[in-house]
Amino acid sequence: MTAIVNVFLKEGVLDPQGKATHHALDSLGFEGVNDVRIGKQIVLQLDTDDKAKAEAEVKEMCETLLANTVIEDYNIEIK
Amino acid sequence: MKVAVLRFPGTNCEFDTQYAFEKLGHETELVWHESDTLPSDIDMVVVPGGFSYGDYLRSGAIARFSPVMKAVTKYANEGGKVLGICNGFQILTEAGLLPGALKRNNNLHFISKHQTLRVENTDNAFLNQCERGEVLNIPIAHADGNYYIDDEGLENLEANGQILVRYCDEDGNRVVVNGSVTSIAGVCNEKKNVFGLMPHPERALESILGSEDGMKMLKGFGA
Repeated sequence: MTAIVNVFLKEGVLDPQGKATHHALDSLGFEGVNDVRIGKQIVLQLDTDDKAKAEAEVKEMCETLLANTVIEDYNIEIK
Repeated sequence: MKVAVLRFPGTNCEFDTQYAFEKLGHETELVWHESDTLPSDIDMVVVPGGFSYGDYLRSGAIARFSPVMKAVTKYANEGGKVLGICNGFQILTEAGLLPGALKRNNNLHFISKHQTLRVENTDNAFLNQCERGEVLNIPIAHADGNYYIDDEGLENLEANGQILVRYCDEDGNRVVVNGSVTSIAGVCNEKKNVFGLMPHPERALESILGSEDGMKMLKGFGA
């Protein structure tokens, strides 16, 4: 199975990269962008076929290492 | 005093740190990150600056799981003195030994310059030789030094006197350097035996190199 983990700064925590990119888009004339958030995507290849087990394991990985929950939120997609 | 200076793959301030403490008359010992114990006769652990594990994932995120960090956590929990400088500060926040987290600087630049700091609290094991409100000139060199903590956490830090240094101008007025919450440059834990700061006191030891205020700051650590 494949697990896709998206990690983003929490709502309310200023995202300087997102802000700079938003500014650049404005400068280039791309209008109508209300907000830009930049995060990272971590793709894991897992050797299990058990979706529930995979989800539980990846959640633990996120809490332990993949995200810093002081400043970041994450979501997990299992395929 | 004997000081253990940790070394991870990518650490680059370990020799400067040893030089600083030896100049102050202390003994030092380098400890490789794979060691699962600390020397038994030490009085302090320093997690020095650098780019442990290339700052991959997040600064300090991987180093905090090195075997030596288990020993450091135990040492800190037993009341041992632990100092984290720059990347060391990032490692200590990732390890949960210090509150908050360090984000990318607001201007997205690596900032490397001399910076004045105001001593905020002296009622701790580190800055008791400094005066409250004293301004120290100590260099900074970081990309991820933007200290973040939520409002409740900030209130607790203030109430317990855990904010030890803030970025300021020459007159002691707070300045925005990297976007840190209330210009925080360094904090300690609740028990006040673990201290982390982004500035590099070990780079301010000789006036010919710009400042010797680092000596002033580090002197108190062995007092």
